Amino acid sequence: MGLRGLFGGDNVVTTKLDDAIGWARKFSLFPYPFVTACCGMEYMSASSSHYDLDRLGAAFPRFSPRQADMLMCVGTVSQKIAPVLRRVYDQMCEPKYVVAFGVCTCTGGFYNDYSTVMGIDTILPVDVYIPGCPPRPETVIQGLMLLQDKIQKQKQEY
Amino acid sequence: MMHIFRDLQKELGDFVYDAYTHHGDAVAIIDRKAIHEVCSYLRQQKNFDFLFDLTCVDYPDRTPRFEVVYQLHSFATGERLRLKVPVDERDPQVISVSDIWDIANWYEREVWDMFGVRFKGHPDLRRLLMYDEFKGHPLRKDYPITRRQPLVGPDKTNNSVISPTLEQSRQAMDEYVTEENGLKVKHMFLNVGPSHPAMHGVVRIVVELDGEKVVGSDLGIGYLHRSFEKHSESIYYNGVFPYTDRLNYVSPLINNVGYALAVEKLLGIETTERCKFIRMIMCEISRIADHLTCIGAMAMELGAMTAFLYFMEAREAMYQLIEEVTGARVTISYVRVGGVKSEFPDNFEKRVRLQLKSVEEQIDQVHRLLTRNRIFVDRVRDVAVISLDDAISYGFTGPMLRACGSDYDVRKQFSYCNYDQIDFEVPVGENGDVFDRYLVRMEEIEQSIRIIDQAFEKMPAGAIMVDFEGQEIPADKMADLGKFGQTSGLLNQVAVTDPTLLGSNAAFHSQVYTADKRVALPAKEKTYGSIEGLINHFMLIMEGYGIRPPGGEAYVPVEGANGELGFYVVSDGSDKAYRVRCRPPCFSFVAGFSKLIQGGQLADIVPAFGSINMIAGELDR
Ligand code: SF4
Repeated sequence: MGLRGLFGGDNVVTTKLDDAIGWARKFSLFPYPFVTACCGMEYMSASSSHYDLDRLGAAFPRFSPRQADMLMCVGTVSQKIAPVLRRVYDQMCEPKYVVAFGVCTCTGGFYNDYSTVMGIDTILPVDVYIPGCPPRPETVIQGLMLLQDKIQKQKQEY
Repeated sequence: MMHIFRDLQKELGDFVYDAYTHHGDAVAIIDRKAIHEVCSYLRQQKNFDFLFDLTCVDYPDRTPRFEVVYQLHSFATGERLRLKVPVDERDPQVISVSDIWDIANWYEREVWDMFGVRFKGHPDLRRLLMYDEFKGHPLRKDYPITRRQPLVGPDKTNNSVISPTLEQSRQAMDEYVTEENGLKVKHMFLNVGPSHPAMHGVVRIVVELDGEKVVGSDLGIGYLHRSFEKHSESIYYNGVFPYTDRLNYVSPLINNVGYALAVEKLLGIETTERCKFIRMIMCEISRIADHLTCIGAMAMELGAMTAFLYFMEAREAMYQLIEEVTGARVTISYVRVGGVKSEFPDNFEKRVRLQLKSVEEQIDQVHRLLTRNRIFVDRVRDVAVISLDDAISYGFTGPMLRACGSDYDVRKQFSYCNYDQIDFEVPVGENGDVFDRYLVRMEEIEQSIRIIDQAFEKMPAGAIMVDFEGQEIPADKMADLGKFGQTSGLLNQVAVTDPTLLGSNAAFHSQVYTADKRVALPAKEKTYGSIEGLINHFMLIMEGYGIRPPGGEAYVPVEGANGELGFYVVSDGSDKAYRVRCRPPCFSFVAGFSKLIQGGQLADIVPAFGSINMIAGELDR
């Protein structure tokens, strides 16, 4: 059917600029995988063939923060790596989104100790929290869809 | 072992306070002034060429307060010896043995970092796991577990974690100009990591380059330090299992088994035959998953995306098997002290065989894709070579050591879980390069498949399923009934539980758990359905009761996917371990990594790092 079928025969689509940009943005997420720990195993599962994050337009990892627009923080963040995470975030260009992947990044998880940061939202703003230790790939996909939803609905800066 | 004690007493008798065997391990207590002499004597005269662990235990109430523990192994005789050195608090200092074994360098740095015991003569005694700004020594008993010292904050801008070192980039480059053939040569410094695609996980390497040649390097680790050892001291014995899952999260079952075996050794118990085979099968499934991940990731970093995707598909099959048994994919917490959580589900064997067949096919495919692929082979052959002697001095074990030509395998040498009843081979390489490591791992997957095959055949049968006609009570119902006090008549009934969710059927329970009442948790149905079960459960779970091994210590090695994974557990007779030390296999690879890449090309760092299979969780603990 394609786009034409979707939009009718007139070849004209009326939409708000915000919506159009949101629609484009939400399907071209380039993640920066900040993978530190066990959650990385599920990140691998989720992004490779079986679960295939590519369907959501969010598979191709960019390892340069300058080219990425979604910071996927995967795994425990220790006090020692926190400045690095912060720096990676600072280097990313707007618009940027942060996904806290796994309960360690959401709240510190079950590591309540001298070396673990109690949730990355203590050092940077987070858009979507994906709980689970580690989250199943299905949860990850849902988390991403929530993020897409949020991107679609937000007021776009351009 | 006696002869070593005798010779030691004869040679250095004045410095040997005591020598005895404890839980079958030889232990000698040495004067701290003589530790270097004793070590070099043992290394040179007695062939103890392998320092497989060096750690410390803190006893704040004792004088001397610290006890530094050296664990030695001899490849020639297969003997092991534990040396303990009491160190006083007022002058916490021991002589360094880093000139005897290369690996001691990093072990000593860790002990200094965690306990504040200094090593005299150590070439570079810096913190290893924590950062320079950190005050105190976290594994000391008087350091509170939640005292944080954050590096990120409004007034904190500069810190040692990001700023250059390798001696502050060899004193800021300019001075570092050498003359070669009349030409001025200036070295370049490059910082790789900690967040870098090739550093899977979090390791930082500062490399010093002459053109593209690596002339020096320094590794920074500790970015995933999660205080495993401190946590283990603050929770009851069975509560440590979830933490062990997260050490080597690619093959968590092996960690589980290693820790369980160590505590079982302390308690002097053995688990049931069937349980041993269950553990073996699960370990081997994990090993396959681990090797698949390692090879897949390495291939991906060299551009072979297809191999990665094939192996991820195969690993997914392994995860599904693991999930069927344990209820979780990665963090499984399946093993308990004295047994495992649950019996295999129905028809598990059939599905395992099916899945393993698909793994074999994938391996075949990858062999065809990689093993004789010129592009791949050129990137890995003769890259990151290490000689057998160096590998031993750096404490290498597992596939890394076997790729150098040694056939040391814990499963053969110190058989556990009935590995001695199984017929399998230990693949051995010869060049000690990345290619050999790859081949060894590929072959090990096939051997693991062979082991699983035999284990299923040798395994004693599980309990026979009885027909529950009219008597089935799901566990959650039974729990509900229990809450209303309607438990009369439940005692003799077998509730049907989902084995992956709520524990095994009571009928199977005795098959997978030792009968020892000191450790065996009752089946969930018993806990919910009978007062005896409830009390029994209570006594094992509640704080202040629990499993209480007699005082003492035990070290148990198992063959992790990476190499020798050991747990050194010290008990003081209470329901919590006094100290749990994990000997992580990849620690030594990372310690020896500078040696591996020395003189190679910058691009070789990628395959080299892929081949050591660094797992941050167990490296930093
Ligand atoms: S959330 Fe759980 S699985 Fe994820 S990094 Fe933390 S401990 Fe590991």
